[in-house]
Amino acid sequence: MTSVANPLAGYLLVAALLFAIGLAGALTRRNAILVLIGIELMLNAANLNLIAFWRYGPHPEALTGMMFAIFSIAVAAAEAAVGLGLVISIHRHAHTTDLDAMNRMKG
Amino acid sequence: MSVVFYLLAGLTVAGALAAVLLKNTVHCALALTVAFAGLALLFLNLDAQFAGFAQILVYIGAVAILVVFAILLTRGSETPKDGVYSRNWLTGLVIAAGVFAALGWAVLQSVGGLPNETGPAPVVTVLQIGNALMGRYVLPLEIVALLLTAALIGAVIVAMHEKEGAQ
Repeated sequence: MTSVANPLAGYLLVAALLFAIGLAGALTRRNAILVLIGIELMLNAANLNLIAFWRYGPHPEALTGMMFAIFSIAVAAAEAAVGLGLVISIHRHAHTTDLDAMNRMKG
Repeated sequence: MSVVFYLLAGLTVAGALAAVLLKNTVHCALALTVAFAGLALLFLNLDAQFAGFAQILVYIGAVAILVVFAILLTRGSETPKDGVYSRNWLTGLVIAAGVFAALGWAVLQSVGGLPNETGPAPVVTVLQIGNALMGRYVLPLEIVALLLTAALIGAVIVAMHEKEGAQ
């Protein structure tokens, strides 16, 4: 198997698998919180790609990939806070977090 | 490729699968924490100490706690009667499998062009990271500070209890 010899390819495959799992979770679950969990998994898969390319790239001393990952972690934290706040707000109005039941725009 | 990588990759993928597949939402949040911890260990395995510890602090320390709070506040731990999967679950699964097939194919096709030599581990001190944050990356740092402030205020306003009839 070709990927065994190359460490970067192994990390990229793990990241691709994590992304696919997160996407499947975001697309198939009913609960809005589980959809957010899937989105967090996808963001983390992207971070793993950034760090792996930084580590095995030609200029790791430039810190570019790691800085991008750190900023991405900060943005993901903001996204999680706002997303969960929205879920709580929707639950207060509609008394459900079932996304299949959320089918009207008017509050 | 070391045994450590396979162990960490297996732990992370198992945690992610459990987070997506389990029926009880609280169990999903705990499995998500396992996946985050596995990712932090993968970062440490890649010699990115700062990113690994930032991952532990931000994700395990803050995001996982936020998710558990949201689950408890919305009583999401009760398993719904009509199943935990959406009506269109088959479409979502097919899309996710297609995305994974495309990504995996792309990685395996380009494996010959990827850098193969491991090289010495890059020495990154916190001093270097601080200098980079205050020098080259000072504008993104300020923007992230603004974004975090806006997200903090916005999350509070969105989730704040509205009084009856108040605008």
